[in-house]
Amino acid sequence: MWKFIHQLASPPHFYRIAAKMIPWFMVPALLLIGYGTYAGLFLAPMDYQQGDAFRIIYVHVPSAYLSMMAYMVMAISAGIGLIWRIKLSHAVAAAAAPIGACFTFLALATGSIWGKPMWGTWWEWGDPRLTSELIMLFLYIGYMALRGAIDDTVKADKASAVLALVGAVNVPIIHFSVEWWSSLHQGPTLIKEGGPAMDPAMLYPLLAMILGFTLLFGAMLLRRVRTEVLFRERRTKWVNELVLSGGK
Amino acid sequence: MKPRQQRMLAVGLVIVGVAIATGLTLQAMKDSMMFFVSVTEVAEGKYPADRNFRVGGLVKDGTVQREEGSLEMTFEVTDLRCDLGVSYSGVLPDLFREGQGVVAHGSIDENGIFVADEILAKHDENYMAPEVADSLADHVQDQTLGLQYGPEECPTGDS
Repeated sequence: MWKFIHQLASPPHFYRIAAKMIPWFMVPALLLIGYGTYAGLFLAPMDYQQGDAFRIIYVHVPSAYLSMMAYMVMAISAGIGLIWRIKLSHAVAAAAAPIGACFTFLALATGSIWGKPMWGTWWEWGDPRLTSELIMLFLYIGYMALRGAIDDTVKADKASAVLALVGAVNVPIIHFSVEWWSSLHQGPTLIKEGGPAMDPAMLYPLLAMILGFTLLFGAMLLRRVRTEVLFRERRTKWVNELVLSGGK
Repeated sequence: MKPRQQRMLAVGLVIVGVAIATGLTLQAMKDSMMFFVSVTEVAEGKYPADRNFRVGGLVKDGTVQREEGSLEMTFEVTDLRCDLGVSYSGVLPDLFREGQGVVAHGSIDENGIFVADEILAKHDENYMAPEVADSLADHVQDQTLGLQYGPEECPTGDS
């Protein structure tokens, strides 16, 4: 087990193993998202109050969940990279940031599109859930900007890791914002006392979408880490050999 | 201590320190972090009298009155303990109805009526098919607003 993990931390090994792992994430991800999209749009009944507008939940909830999940992956990888000086770990953190930023944007955009007809507003400043999620988008952008501003990879890794760790305090704030403070945003539907407050015919497509998005995130992350590893190791022998052999 | 343990300690201290600092800040800002105040808090006088604020509650059944030929309307919001009269002129969100959670933005006038300039509907966390909702006769929404009050008397203004 430890031997496997040590091997995985070595860039050439990771580069090879990740290529084999990607289809195992990508294929189930596409199947689940395909099922979730179809069932969510056509099989699930409409909501008793929101009508068909509730169906945006099938993109909004997985995106919002992954925006926080990606941040945790980024912050934990950055922390491991800082403590154990593992370069691959920093590469994972750097690769996770743009994906997390995209999911955060998607969560904000779909929430806003839903909010206009349901709440009666696109955006409310001062709402704790909305504002803390927006702060997370800025944290992602700040993290990427900081990395981009420092040419030296080792320095960029360290500085951005500290930012990622400090910003991690925002993740529980987003999650608990609707419980700690009064908010326009509704409370949790899936994780609550007495089980999910949702019709099973609506629930299963949502769970499929959440799992599908998570696997898609895994596939995209592996792909991005491979690219990141190639770039970081561009002056090494194994990358040169790889390029000369035509990527085989 | 090995360098690795020192780094572990440093990372741990940063996380704990930031968490404590944020916790204390949020605790100090508790009141301004609230998106709206409850109707009971308004009755207790716990609201900013000098500026606009938001009040959240359920639209009380049977209190919605519209004026013919205009957008003027009045209704009462309740948290099942205290009631507050609201007057409003403007467009309402689709979800607005009696028994629905709403958040009104505005201020209290000299007659104790909340004059709203914006009404938002607050959706709850329950999702169900229309036929299921119909069969649930006693579907109560009071979890929406985290209403923690029993059926006690509403406190009077000067307390």
